[in-house]
Amino acid sequence: MLEIEGLSREWTDFSLNGINLTVEDGEYFVVLGPSGAGKSLLLETIAGFYTPDRGRIALNGTDITDLPPEKRGIAMVYQDYMLFPNMTVRENIAYGLRRRHMEEKEITREVERAAKLLGITEILERNPLTLSGGEQQRVALARAMVVRPALLLLDEPTGSLDATLQREMRRELLSLHKELGGMVIHITHSRDEAISMAHRIAVMFEGKIEQAGTPSEIFRRPRSRRLADFVGVENILEGTVISGAGGTMVDTGRLKIVVAGQIEHGKRVLASVRPEEIMLSKEPLKSSARNCIAGKITGMQDMASFAEITVDAGEPILVHITRQALVEMEITVGSDVYLSFKATSVNVMER
Amino acid sequence: MKKNASFLLGMVYLVALGALLIAFIELWYLLIIPGLVGAYLLAGRKKERTDRFFIAFAIAGMLLVFFVALPVANMLRYSTPETIGRTFADGAAVSSIVLSMGAAFYAVLLSLLLGIPLAYVLARRDFAGKGLIEAVVDIPVVVPHTVAGIALLMVLGRGSILGSTINFVDAMPGIVAAMIFVSAPFIVNYLREGFEAVDPRMEFVARGLGASGFDAFRTVTLPISIRSIFMGAVMGWARAISEFGAVVIIAYYPMIAPTYIYAAFNSGGLATSRPVASLLLLICIGVFVALRLLSGRWKRYARD
Repeated sequence: MLEIEGLSREWTDFSLNGINLTVEDGEYFVVLGPSGAGKSLLLETIAGFYTPDRGRIALNGTDITDLPPEKRGIAMVYQDYMLFPNMTVRENIAYGLRRRHMEEKEITREVERAAKLLGITEILERNPLTLSGGEQQRVALARAMVVRPALLLLDEPTGSLDATLQREMRRELLSLHKELGGMVIHITHSRDEAISMAHRIAVMFEGKIEQAGTPSEIFRRPRSRRLADFVGVENILEGTVISGAGGTMVDTGRLKIVVAGQIEHGKRVLASVRPEEIMLSKEPLKSSARNCIAGKITGMQDMASFAEITVDAGEPILVHITRQALVEMEITVGSDVYLSFKATSVNVMER
Repeated sequence: MKKNASFLLGMVYLVALGALLIAFIELWYLLIIPGLVGAYLLAGRKKERTDRFFIAFAIAGMLLVFFVALPVANMLRYSTPETIGRTFADGAAVSSIVLSMGAAFYAVLLSLLLGIPLAYVLARRDFAGKGLIEAVVDIPVVVPHTVAGIALLMVLGRGSILGSTINFVDAMPGIVAAMIFVSAPFIVNYLREGFEAVDPRMEFVARGLGASGFDAFRTVTLPISIRSIFMGAVMGWARAISEFGAVVIIAYYPMIAPTYIYAAFNSGGLATSRPVASLLLLICIGVFVALRLLSGRWKRYARD
């Protein structure tokens, strides 16, 4: 388990502020954030390349805050690979084993095992600078994995690959992690990558952790406007809480939305519903959904795998429906429709 | 407006060059090589678009190259087997050349030994007073070398701060000390450039894999920057071997080659000094070319 408490560090033009993070054993943890958020500096501080000004880092119960990087058992893979150009692929992978003074025979065996796992057996004697990006990435991974680090840090590992290779590498990273175990912290600026890979996600802005949680918590229950915008939440409405016997509602002035849970009456909040959690129909639906609102279609846009419908329901609301549904419902711009969604689908945020 | 300005500038430039050539009309042959270069560039126009200004620049640039190449080539004419044989027969001349090369070698060795740590620190860290240290490193470049010699003599002379344990005056250590003083800036700056070209994250990766700081330097940074180190050593060696001013003040004897040539010129003029000078030139150029070719092998480590 990795525990980070109150980690802070100042550079001349940037700072990490009070980072708290816990990564459980065997967890694939993703740090998500826009470029310039300090994700790489966080990784490099965890690895011990920079000394924190305040805070502590503990790995598997041992305080490693003051340990030099080579004593931590934390290996790093960079987006641009950082393969050693003065060594062959084989020597690159063997590098960490040699530092452990392992026997030559054992080194050969371990290197070849790792090479096989990553499918790079054929290029072991090559010079790294002659390899393609995908091959270099595999060598960098093999070099880090072969030492069986307690914690593996991946700095944008798919960032330099094209889209097809990216998907392939994501699948492969997950299966390697499943096979080898250990903890992984993977940083990325891609929402898709985070949601498709992470057990848990921490979102980082400007040297601070905005929110940490499971992918569904981050993407469905962002606690701030900023995070909601970053993870692509649509339909963010501002309103006042009306708390009464009939439950809790948010009143935007033109629209009243039923929400789940208890919130202080009269508070100004933001409420959001994801476009794919809204059902669209031509008649009012008889369902358990506590929100059913009438509106008129003002726009339609085809998005390849779904259609994005804009409905004026007092406030403009975006709805995603499948193309199948679009064809069957026979709706066009100007059609009168009803929007239904559950109270629990509404995320309420601080302003 | 802009076009007029560049036209004006071009005309001034051409007039200046023309005036220069007319003033030294006897040097008509200086025009041969620029003419050939111009013709070469014009002939190659089909392949690559070449602007007129570029051709003018190439021709003007060639004048400078020619100015350097002419005396060197002229001097090499005197490096006939006959004069070289005669120089080799002169024991004092040979030992002065050997001394020059040996002293320069020690100077480079010591400069590397101390320069590598310094260059690495300067390449990797920013700290208060760094600018001052950089300035100190570069001082020998701007100080006239006789001044450097006198300054060195004041701390290395008999009975001075450093001169009381080792005798520098008129001895090998003095020659080496003067050579270090004048060649160290070149070596340190080459080394530093080399270390700066190695991404510090390369070392981070090595550290994460279990290498200590020194291990990472020894197994990653040093081998990757080997070409810069090598080039720095060659340039430092060349600088050391060509030093006269600083050395002659600390150690007139034993004579290094430049001192020997100077003494021969003073006593017997060109006729006496020319054979040794041309031999030294031949050796220096030979070593320089050989090392440059050799270092080409490390080009693949260069980051692009």
